[in-house]
Parts: sequence; C-alpha cells; structure tokens
Amino acid sequence: MTETEFRLNGRVVRGQMADYATLAAYLRDNLGHFEVKAGCGEGVCGACTVLLDGEPLASCLLLARQAEGCTVETVAAAADGLRQALAEAFVRWEAAQCGYCTPGMLLTAYAYVKGGGSFDSPSIRRALAGNLCRCTGYQHIIDAIAEVVSTWPAEG
Amino acid sequence: MAGRRIAGGPGVGGTTGQKFARKDVAAKVAGLVSYSGDTQGAGMLHARLVRSLYPHARITEIAIAAAQALPGVAAVLTARDVPCNVLAEDPSGTGGGVFTQPVLASTEVRYVGEPLAVVVAASPVLADAAAQLVKVTYEPLPAVFDPGLALADDAPPIHPGGNLCVQWHVNKGNVEEVLAQAPVVIQREYATQFVDHAYLEPEAGSAWLEADGVIVIRAATQVIEHYRRLAGMLNLPHSRVRLIAPYVGGGFGGKEDMTVEPYLALAAFHTRRPVRMVWSRQESLQARPKRHPMRFQYTVAASRDGKLEAVDINILADAGAYALLTPRVLFAAAVVASGPYRVLAARVVARAGYTHNVPSSAFRGFGAMQAAVAYEQIMDELAETLGMDPLELRRKNFLQRGDELATGERVETAVWLPETLNAVQAALGPEPQPSRPGLLVGRGYAMNMQPYGRTVWFGDQAAVWMGLENDGSFHLRAGVTDVGGGQAAVLGQIAAEVLGVLPEAVTVHFGDSALTPLTGGTFATRQLYMSGNAAVRAAESLRERIQRVAATLCGGDAKTVVIESQGVRTARGSARWHEVAAAARQAGVALEVLETFFAESGPGYDNRRGTAARTFPDFTYGCHGCDVEIDPETGQVQILQYVASHDVGRAINPLSVEGQIQGGVAQGIGYALTEEVLFHEGQCLNGTLAQYLIPAAADLPPIRALILESGEGKGPLNARGIGEPAISPVAPAVANAVARALGGARVRSLPITGEKVVDTLFER
Repeated sequence: MTETEFRLNGRVVRGQMADYATLAAYLRDNLGHFEVKAGCGEGVCGACTVLLDGEPLASCLLLARQAEGCTVETVAAAADGLRQALAEAFVRWEAAQCGYCTPGMLLTAYAYVKGGGSFDSPSIRRALAGNLCRCTGYQHIIDAIAEVVSTWPAEG
Repeated sequence: MAGRRIAGGPGVGGTTGQKFARKDVAAKVAGLVSYSGDTQGAGMLHARLVRSLYPHARITEIAIAAAQALPGVAAVLTARDVPCNVLAEDPSGTGGGVFTQPVLASTEVRYVGEPLAVVVAASPVLADAAAQLVKVTYEPLPAVFDPGLALADDAPPIHPGGNLCVQWHVNKGNVEEVLAQAPVVIQREYATQFVDHAYLEPEAGSAWLEADGVIVIRAATQVIEHYRRLAGMLNLPHSRVRLIAPYVGGGFGGKEDMTVEPYLALAAFHTRRPVRMVWSRQESLQARPKRHPMRFQYTVAASRDGKLEAVDINILADAGAYALLTPRVLFAAAVVASGPYRVLAARVVARAGYTHNVPSSAFRGFGAMQAAVAYEQIMDELAETLGMDPLELRRKNFLQRGDELATGERVETAVWLPETLNAVQAALGPEPQPSRPGLLVGRGYAMNMQPYGRTVWFGDQAAVWMGLENDGSFHLRAGVTDVGGGQAAVLGQIAAEVLGVLPEAVTVHFGDSALTPLTGGTFATRQLYMSGNAAVRAAESLRERIQRVAATLCGGDAKTVVIESQGVRTARGSARWHEVAAAARQAGVALEVLETFFAESGPGYDNRRGTAARTFPDFTYGCHGCDVEIDPETGQVQILQYVASHDVGRAINPLSVEGQIQGGVAQGIGYALTEEVLFHEGQCLNGTLAQYLIPAAADLPPIRALILESGEGKGPLNARGIGEPAISPVAPAVANAVARALGGARVRSLPITGEKVVDTLFER
C-alpha cells in the first residue's frame, strides 16, 4: 500500500492504494468512476482512456500510485466549451452505438482538437489509433470531430 | 432522406426518415450508462472460472481444498454443485436433434478453456489466486482439430452420437444432368477462418438473491430469455430467475449464447451474496465461441453467354467441441449458398463436424456471410472464364421478384439488386489509379442476400406494452436487449410516430425478463422486424383507446382526434391529459395495452428432399464496391475507398442505418484482411487485442453508405433489417478487388494477408 494523492476531475483524491492496483482499477472499483471503461487490460483498446495532465492515456497501463501529484480527468469532469461542442457533435452524428468506447474516444478527440489538430480525415484517423471501436466503423466519429475542428474556436 | 410518413396518427411526430439523434447516445457520450460490469457494492464477491488447459482429456481429479482454505474465498464450485449440470437445446428448431453441454465439465474436457470450476472470493485478486490453487489432474486424450479429419472413420469420437454435428440439403432440379450437358463448368474452393467478435465490453455481469428468493442476474447478454435455461440449471421454477440486460457494449452474436450468466447464477445461488464476474480479454479470445471457419467447394455451370445453369456446392464447417447454434448457422449458409441469382438446378450439402477446437456459434452474418465469400468470388471467376464483364454476368442472372430460390420458395418482395449495383457503380467514380509507379490497383464488387428474422417454423413472437401517464407521457415496455444498434430507442421513435407525439414523450423501459414483456433476443436481424411491428400494434391500439375516450369527452368522431403534448383535440373541443385519464377511469377504459406480434409461421424444413415452402420471412439485398491498392513487395492491401448500398425498405432512422452499414463494413474489412484467431492444437496463439487485429481508424478508408428504400419490407413501416446484411458482401468485394489488382491471381482463403498476396503473386 502506498499513500497517494492526485486531483481527479477537480477534486483531491488521497488514499492508500494497493501497489499492484492500476489507475483504471482504482478509479472504477475504489472510487466508482465507471465512466472509465475496462476493455482489454493491456493498453490496446483505449476504452479506459483518461487525461493525465491533459494527455490522453490508457489508465490500465498506469499504476494508481504513479498518478501521484498529477491531474486526472474523465468524461465526468465539468465540461468546458470544447468538450461540450464535441459531445453535442457526437450526439448529432450518432458517433456512438454501443457506447463502450465513447468516453475514451471523446477524451482523445478533445486532446486532439485542443492540441490544434487538423480537420483532415487522415490526421483524425491517426489521432484515434489508440481508441478501438467495433460498432461504428469510425466514420461518424470522424465526421463529428471534423465538424468541431472546422468550427472551433467558436466565434465570439 | 425525405421524411415521408406512411403510418401515424394526425399529430406532430414525424421523425421517421429524418436523421434523428437517439436518446441513448447522449447518455453514452456523457459516460452515464452503467454497463453490466460497472457495479461494485459493499460485500460484493468476485467470481473467476477455472478452465481446461487441454483440448481433450479425462479429468481424474479436481482438488479444491487448498483454494477453499485461502482466507477470503467464499466458495469453490464444481460440477457436483450444479443442480442440473446439462444445458440442452434444439438449435435448428426442427426437432432434428437435441444437443447437450455440461455447465461445468467433470469427467472429460473437449476444448481448451472449457469451464471446470467457479471460484468465488472477496476480491478479483483473491479469486485469481484461489483459481490458481485449484488442482486439476488431466489424462490427455487424442484430439482432432480439423472437421474433415474429425469426420473420417478413425477419428477419436467427440460425442457419443459421432462427429457429424449437422448436415443440411438443398435440392432443385437435376444437377447431374445439367452439369453433364453444360457448355462451361468451373470448380473452385474457398476457405474462411476463426474470427472473434471483439466487442469492447468484455463478458460481464453480477447476480444477487432477492428477499423473495428470486435470483437476479444482470449481465451483458443479447437474450434475456436465457432465464428459463438458468432456472432449469438450478432446478427452480422459471419464475424464480430474472435476467436483466442493461445497454450491452457490443454483441454481434458473441453474447447470444450464454457467457457469464450460468456461473453468476450458481455463485449467487450458493453464496447467497452479490457476485460479480468479468472475463479477461484473453479468456474471451481463447474460450468464447467464434465465427465458423468454413470450406467451400463450388462447381458452377453456365451457358457461353453467361446464364447460370447449375450449382453443386459442398460446405464443411468447424463446429468446435459443442453444437451451440451451429445447426442454425449452417442452415443459413445452405439456403443462400447460390447467392441472389436464378439457377435452374442446385445441390447444396452443408455439414459441420465436431472438433476439439473452441465451439463456433453465432456471429453477425450467421453462415450467410461466409457463403457470400464463395458465391461472389466464383461469379468473378466465372466471368473471367467466360471472358465477360463480372457485373454484366451478375445482371444477367439477378434474382427477381417472383423467382424461386434453390429451396423452392418464392421471392415475394422487391429485389433491388440492379438499383444497389447502379448506386455503387456511380458513387465509385473513375477507375482507381496507382498512387505511385509499381503499385497495383483494382476495383471489386459483391452483391448479397441476407435473411432477417427467424426461420418460419420457430413461430416467432414479440410483445410490447404501452401505457399513458396522467401528464401525457408514455411508457413503452419491451424485453428487447439493446446491443448498440438503437434497438430500444427505435421502438420509442416508432411508437411516437404512430401516436403522433414527439419522441421525447415516450420513455422506453427494456431488457428485464421479469418486468418487461418478452420480445425474443437481439439476433438474426429480427429485433426491428419483430419488436418494431409489436410497437406499431401497441401504439395503434393505445391511440385507438385514447381517441375513443377523447371523442366521448370532447364530442366528434374518434378517428379525427388529434393527440397533442398537452392533451387531445377534436373539431368540437379539447381536453387536457388529466381530464382524459379521469374520463377513461369513468368509462372503464384502461389506457394501457399489451400487443404481441406473431411472425409468419410455417412448416419445418424438409431436409430429406431439401426443399421448403418458406425458410426465412424475407431477405435484405445489397451491393458493395471498393478500390484497393497493393504493394507487390510486401503484399500489403490498402483500401482506397468503400461504398455500400442496401435496400432497407424504409430507413426509420437513416443515421442509425448509416451507422449499421459503416460498422458492418469495418468489421468485414477486418475479416477480409487482418483478423484470424490462430489456434495450434486448440491453444490460442494470439489471445490479446495487440495480436488479434481489429481495424483501427487509421486502417480504414472513408466508408460511404447509400441507403435505398423500395418501401417493401416486412418490418414496421415497411422496413427491412440491416444489422447483418451490412457485413456479408465486404470480404468478397475486397477479395474481388485484390484479384483484379493482381491481374486475376486470387487468394482463396481469408484473411488476405500480405504473405498470402506475395505467395500468390510468386506462384503465378
């Protein structure tokens, strides 16, 4: 057990974390943050993506205690304008079917747009390489992200 | 798509045919949906399976004492703890055979990963540790991994009845005679592989015991009707087991057979405490049923001007160690084996042999999609032999309304093969050009016909309940499971359309075997067809009751009553909802209805003669086309663009239809190029998603879905099913494009890997 502290969605989390517990397992099973999905447990599918200090990362590849001193964000964090715009575009385009990959996908898309990503489809496809979706064929996801990139930042 | 309204009351609904944002999508995007594994309560136990390490072995001992002694272990359950340790099913529904399988194996294991024991402990880590302490003593036995070898006389017997799982026949005309006289005859063989569903949500669930003794299982399943089988396993009345399916994180047939359900039920039954079970990705890839690998031998005869005369087809599938849904899968393959074409004579023999591989069972496309791999490739190969354009050959032989299928049944609804082909051809545009010298390019097409709905002898039915609240909002209850295709939301949309209210006015409660009327599972592309028709009936029946009450309240003709958000209106007056509710109570009219839709039913299949008056209720037709570019040095195939068109009868929500088509294409591209679960003597060699490669966004081309609407389908508002049809033509379209690019050299087994492409070029 290791005493660990990090900021989760704007609040301080402090606790004894099992040395073997991954961040994904800790968020889900200890804190009840089930918006972080568990898909493969090996860092490939991206369903458990969180933003660690703003960067998308598979939380199943990180031990909870490695988040010490970091900022961790899930889709449950208060959304800024960009996240709101992405969420609305995902709904408008029906960019989710079963929805299991969606929280991770949305966070990756957010980091991509925020980092100045381009609206061209090959760039978006490369940015999503770490987030697998088995339902949609990605087309509506890409359409939604491209739409937000081309209209963001919103005028005014 | 224009928003034409076909059914519906005189109101404001009208979302049918519009791109309409589904209610569940917003919740999913916000991360608010609680899936089956998203539970953790105080005192919850965690269950883990102990699985066989051998493909075939006698079990001499399962020693559980050490595991039981570990602090924190609540139970270690083996076969002797299962009240009725046999799951039995008649999967073809014809009475042709009842197949059985133990819940937990006790004396013999037949595949690697077969469950032997359930360990229940205070935490997942403890459950893992305890599972390691269960000591199983195996005596390995001879095993067979090839269905052809399994059917040989000297093969080790896998089940007492022999190694032939099923054999279907389809016969039309005199094939021998036509073949003997036909001017052109070609023979080809094609093969498909083991593929995994690879949905993102693993097999997961929880179970608990209610105070009244009802065992509740909340799990990722496509079929809540399994509660009856779970009750049978526990020797309990059916009414004492309840199965709840929250939104499922992808199914594709992989959650059609039971996964975690029986083990959760057992664990809760014995420990009387809440239990959770989640399978690892490795368990899922190793031990959960796969899509059937099939081998096809096709002999096709034609006239010199390209009229198909006869087909003689042999199909051999690997059933794996247990039957599961193999008989049904092979039946679908047999029925469509000659494709959407007219043939004078046909003979199809479709067999599945047991092996000591992991069982094969349902997977989107369900046998009919494997058949498309063969029938659409051989059309291109026949065209090449005849020196004809492959599309011209197809057009010459397209099935039409009124034609007889190989089974002898007649096609009654629109067959929009030319329309979908024309749409795809136009959308693809000019022939592809290599992006740099030395690369090879090609364009390929494939047509398909895919059934929707269950075969008619199942006497399929689905029920929907609707009720009106005092405030004018509506409840819709249906046992439908929602695997991500909007199976629940669309029922609300349909009901709103019929009632003439906004879709927000209808709340859909779904997926609970105790509290929602049963609709049958989400499989066989049947849910829109079955539950959708039931929703139309329920909404019509409720509308009629509301109109009757309103007419007495306001005066005027019941048929002219308009339903609005605040209440009802006629030419003579209006009333608010609470007044309608009060008037209904006075008049003794219940503003709630339960309606059941019965699908067309018919006699069973005549497998001796190989004919039927009807097999499936209807089919969905379509055409796919794509351009590929190949690097001859590496054999790497890149898809440049992809266009898919289907006649869906009527697109109730075009956005969802597009999503189904695009998703089907993506899965089909994985099937065509990269996906294969590799087994060596039953052991999975690529049991992680890092090794089993489903397409990522960067692996796929832009996918365009062209939705056509003939207005003819047997679903609600004349819709046809689209879930499975979307995947069937993909692999043959890609294979045909690759063969074009390779100048006619063809890789006849899936997946079309770079290695196979280079080998094929080299052999040439």
